[in-house]
Amino acid sequence: MEFFVTLIQVLDSTVRLATPLLLACLAGLYSERAGIFDIGLEGKMLMAAFFSAAIAAVTGSVWLGLLAGIGASLVLSALHGLASITFRGNQLISGVAINFLASGMTVLIAQSWFQQGGRTPSLFGGGRFEPINFPFAEALEGVPFIGPIYSELLSGHSILVYVAFLFVPLTWWILFRTRFGLRLRAVGENPAAVDTAGVSVVGLRFAAVAICGILCGIAGAYLATALQAGFVKEMTAGRGFIALAALIFAKWRPWHAMWACLLFGLLQAIALRFQNIDLGGVVIPVQVMDALPYILTVVILAGFVGKAIPPRAGGEPYVKER
Amino acid sequence: MTVPAIELKGISKAFGPVQANKDISISVAPGTIHGIIGENGAGKSTLMSILYGFYKADKGEIWINGSKTDIPDSQAAIASGIGMVFQHFKLVENFSVLENIVLGAEDGGLLAPSLAKARKELKELEEEYELFVDPDKRIDEIGVGMQQRVEILKALYRKAEILILDEPTGVLTPAEADQLFRILDRLRSEGKTIIVITHKLREIMENTDTVSVMRRGEMTATVKTAETNPQELAELMVGRKVLLQVDKVPAQPGKPVLEIEKLSVTDSAGVERVKGIDLTVRAGEIVGIAGVAGNGQSELLEVLGGMRPGQGSIRLNGEPLPLHGPGSDGQARRAQHIAHVPEDRQREGLIMDFYAWENVAFGYHRDPAYKRGLFMDNAALRADTEAKIEKFDVRPPNGWLTAKSFSGGNQQKIVVAREIERNPDLLLVGQPTRGVDIGAIEFIHKQIVALRDQGKAILLVSVELEEIFSLSDRIAVMFDGHIMGERLPAETDEKELGLLMAGVAGEAA
Amino acid sequence: MEKMPKWADVVLIPIISLLLATILSAIVILAIGENPVEAVNLMVTGALGSTYGWGYTLYYATNFIFTGLAVAVAFHARLFNIGGEGQAMLGGLGVAIVCLSVPWPHWTIALLAACAASMIFGAAWAAIPAYLQAKRGSHIVITTIMFNFIAAAFLNYMLVNVMRPQGSQDPATARFPEAVHLPTFQSMFSSAENIVFRGAPANISFFVAILACIVVWALIWRTRLGYEIRAYGHSETGAVYAGISPVRITIIAMLISGALAGMMAINNVMGEAERLVLNSTEGAGFIGIAVALMGRSHPFGVFLAAILFGFLYQGGAELALWTSIPRELIVVIQALVILFTGALDNMVRMPLEKIFLSFRKGAE
Repeated sequence: MEFFVTLIQVLDSTVRLATPLLLACLAGLYSERAGIFDIGLEGKMLMAAFFSAAIAAVTGSVWLGLLAGIGASLVLSALHGLASITFRGNQLISGVAINFLASGMTVLIAQSWFQQGGRTPSLFGGGRFEPINFPFAEALEGVPFIGPIYSELLSGHSILVYVAFLFVPLTWWILFRTRFGLRLRAVGENPAAVDTAGVSVVGLRFAAVAICGILCGIAGAYLATALQAGFVKEMTAGRGFIALAALIFAKWRPWHAMWACLLFGLLQAIALRFQNIDLGGVVIPVQVMDALPYILTVVILAGFVGKAIPPRAGGEPYVKER
Repeated sequence: MTVPAIELKGISKAFGPVQANKDISISVAPGTIHGIIGENGAGKSTLMSILYGFYKADKGEIWINGSKTDIPDSQAAIASGIGMVFQHFKLVENFSVLENIVLGAEDGGLLAPSLAKARKELKELEEEYELFVDPDKRIDEIGVGMQQRVEILKALYRKAEILILDEPTGVLTPAEADQLFRILDRLRSEGKTIIVITHKLREIMENTDTVSVMRRGEMTATVKTAETNPQELAELMVGRKVLLQVDKVPAQPGKPVLEIEKLSVTDSAGVERVKGIDLTVRAGEIVGIAGVAGNGQSELLEVLGGMRPGQGSIRLNGEPLPLHGPGSDGQARRAQHIAHVPEDRQREGLIMDFYAWENVAFGYHRDPAYKRGLFMDNAALRADTEAKIEKFDVRPPNGWLTAKSFSGGNQQKIVVAREIERNPDLLLVGQPTRGVDIGAIEFIHKQIVALRDQGKAILLVSVELEEIFSLSDRIAVMFDGHIMGERLPAETDEKELGLLMAGVAGEAA
Repeated sequence: MEKMPKWADVVLIPIISLLLATILSAIVILAIGENPVEAVNLMVTGALGSTYGWGYTLYYATNFIFTGLAVAVAFHARLFNIGGEGQAMLGGLGVAIVCLSVPWPHWTIALLAACAASMIFGAAWAAIPAYLQAKRGSHIVITTIMFNFIAAAFLNYMLVNVMRPQGSQDPATARFPEAVHLPTFQSMFSSAENIVFRGAPANISFFVAILACIVVWALIWRTRLGYEIRAYGHSETGAVYAGISPVRITIIAMLISGALAGMMAINNVMGEAERLVLNSTEGAGFIGIAVALMGRSHPFGVFLAAILFGFLYQGGAELALWTSIPRELIVVIQALVILFTGALDNMVRMPLEKIFLSFRKGAE
């Protein structure tokens, strides 16, 4: 029974940790499905984390914070679009620049705004997303098995967690059941086909990059206003890259993205709870858990376990022939 | 006089320093097939891309059905009833036929009703024009002929009244091409206006009502097809009398230089491109490989040039050559005295951003003659370049220009100079005059014949039947990875080769 | 036809890009309520106004020369090696192992051995992404990013669990023995009465870095291997035609790149810290990207850009000391440089090309 309790706790923590990964991963999915590689997920999340925490701290409203976070992330998205769509620059280099820009600007602004060494003030009350308790969560807690699953694992997360997981079927539906999805996938495979069919490649790609910005904004806001209570320097801690890894792991498909993010979230949860794991004499150091998402991604990329083929036009700026 | 379906007035377009279209005017009557003919690079495709809104003209007006129309993008072109089938199809390869047809012409935000409606309309279109395709097949599962039908259906689904086709027969066999023109004929009888871009005189003569000729970005003439003849059109195309025949003495074939037995080539996608062919090329002869593009000729040349692996056996002067693994790359082939003028000089034969003198070493950069100590002997290389520029009359005669600064003809001269001056036992030549001006064509042809007369073996691949006829001492025809037959130029004609190229084998052909 | 003269491409565009980055940085400084002119003054005096400042500037520059060259060599083969950070970390590990495990009689031999070790370790860390790119088509940008994280975890493990001296709480190796300490600029250039570069970390590695610039220049522009690397970088199909193996070039270019990034460790680990600590690279691997972009992948350009970034780093540290502007300002400037010289290159280039074209038309 104690094992079961621990399991529920670890899974509960998995869900929390998977949420920002999932949001960022879906963000990347929209962008990359449209043919725009985005290694700037990390930067966008970080910027959003800072602005959501800052605005939430100043106004006391977490909702305004969320909006500010999305706005900040959208500004960086626009920059990425400007560089990689309008000026047909190198999407990877643009992503690198955006990561640095966010890393520097957040601390710079935080320092000049709050003078707390690059942090925002701690958030409390209306400045944070509070957990939502499902009906009868408390009453059912005592019921064996189902009780803890319902009241611990499913209930008691912030609204953004549920939003993130709702985005999975929604994304699937948009991608495969709507006109926008058809065009989005087409523009990532063969932009010339979209262009000659009378649809604006630039418009579609900007739309995709904007959706990416919104989702990264939510992811960042979740980090600073729900998972933690305020912004600290470099608080994304490589999550943008893990999300990128999950995206490749999922081969750019929404449902698979969810499972990949849950897996990587689980690794983080285990590393957080157990540190070094003793498996009957063999000790797995915590660093292995830290590195595992990246190692798994390299294995997937290497094509030893199913080949990850990105959208065909990905990474290439669209230039009409000549 | 009826109102013209299309009228272009004074269209000009420049790409950077290159003037692709100069003050072009043209008028096409409704319900006719209009041909636009010209050499590669004459500006035909640019002009039509402007009409389709793919490029924007610097100057000029477009009139559709008598009213001035602004076509800033393809959407506007579609709205004006224009459809275009590009030379390189614009299809999403991992989408179904139906999805490709619907893309950009959906009704409403949800896919399901759009697809259902398209399926129904497609059926009607198919029956009306005999354009049968399976709507549920993926594009990468169907052949190029089918893909072209999808492109035509795409235009018809968008209610196109004007249809532009850019080099539609380039990838088709003669039989498929005939079928295409039957379809176009049917479209014309339904009142559609059709513009066909081509550089093939025969297609123009047989299928069009009127024809315009383009040369170097300018429109040189527009005439009724019935009132002209191929010679006149050819002169208008190139600007002076053409020498279609290369002066050469009969070949004196010697011992076999290249002996190919049961050669097979499988590409990276796992498709077998060359299917067990046998072929011999002797010293002092030019063997020409004829065929529609994409029937394995390119792969054959690439295997011989060490660019991709193959199966089977090749002997050079009696010695076996490895076809895969060590000793089968381009460096090894050069060491074995095989020189290679590749099909695509811009992507293969030259590094466009390298100086001419750097390109003169390309492929031979490990030659000890270009080496001094640890380093490359750039001075020797530049001296060598000057000699080659002079001998091959490369213009401008400046080795310090990057390859991309030269015209197509002069680029090709650099490649040909580099390869021929190696004095190889075997010269592989792919599309030697593609996109090359007429003066350079003559020059290059003469050089190839001169090499033959020195007793070297030459294997020529060209999709230009005319070039095959004028250069080859022996012609082999490839279709679907097989050699369909060998003929002597004097004992065959275009019709027979055409049948072989379409895969119709047998002595009766 | 060339759209504009070569000098415009090589000199004018980077200068305009830099100018744009500078203007934006000035606006940022203004926005956080500081005076940009004063800030520049402080940075110049702090970084260039004394031999002490120069000693730091050149120390940072040495790091950036190595990582910049690393990125530049890979760029020539059209490979984006974003893994300089991880390769430099591993280089540090190699240096630490060499310095700690052998009783070196003299720093000269130790330096040679450390160079070799750092190159081998750095190259080894680049080898797996290189192999995967060449043989399996795995995108090198993604794999090198992943390898940065794996390197960080690996180094963390090595320092915490393996190399940490007994009794120490600090995740770091023991100090290197006296014999392997490299001569600093202070010991090299000071006389009895005039002590210069006092306490600054610049050391003999700077000259190794200059040597590396020259070697890379000769390699890229004078050797057959360099010819092949550049040819492959311009056109893969062309390379195959010429019998240049893409697999071979990809792997060799990445090994050289990794080795150069690894070599940074002789400066920061052996020359400065004299032991291996966590996060010893301090992001220098990433700055290499900015340096290579700005230096147009040419060793001389890389050298100049590295000095510039060395100046920014030292100047930024001084700023953080004397004003309320945090060091992160440098990260912002670095981001802007990458943005303008890399991603927004066309924004600067397209109008310039138009101007040159109209000039030419006017001249005709």
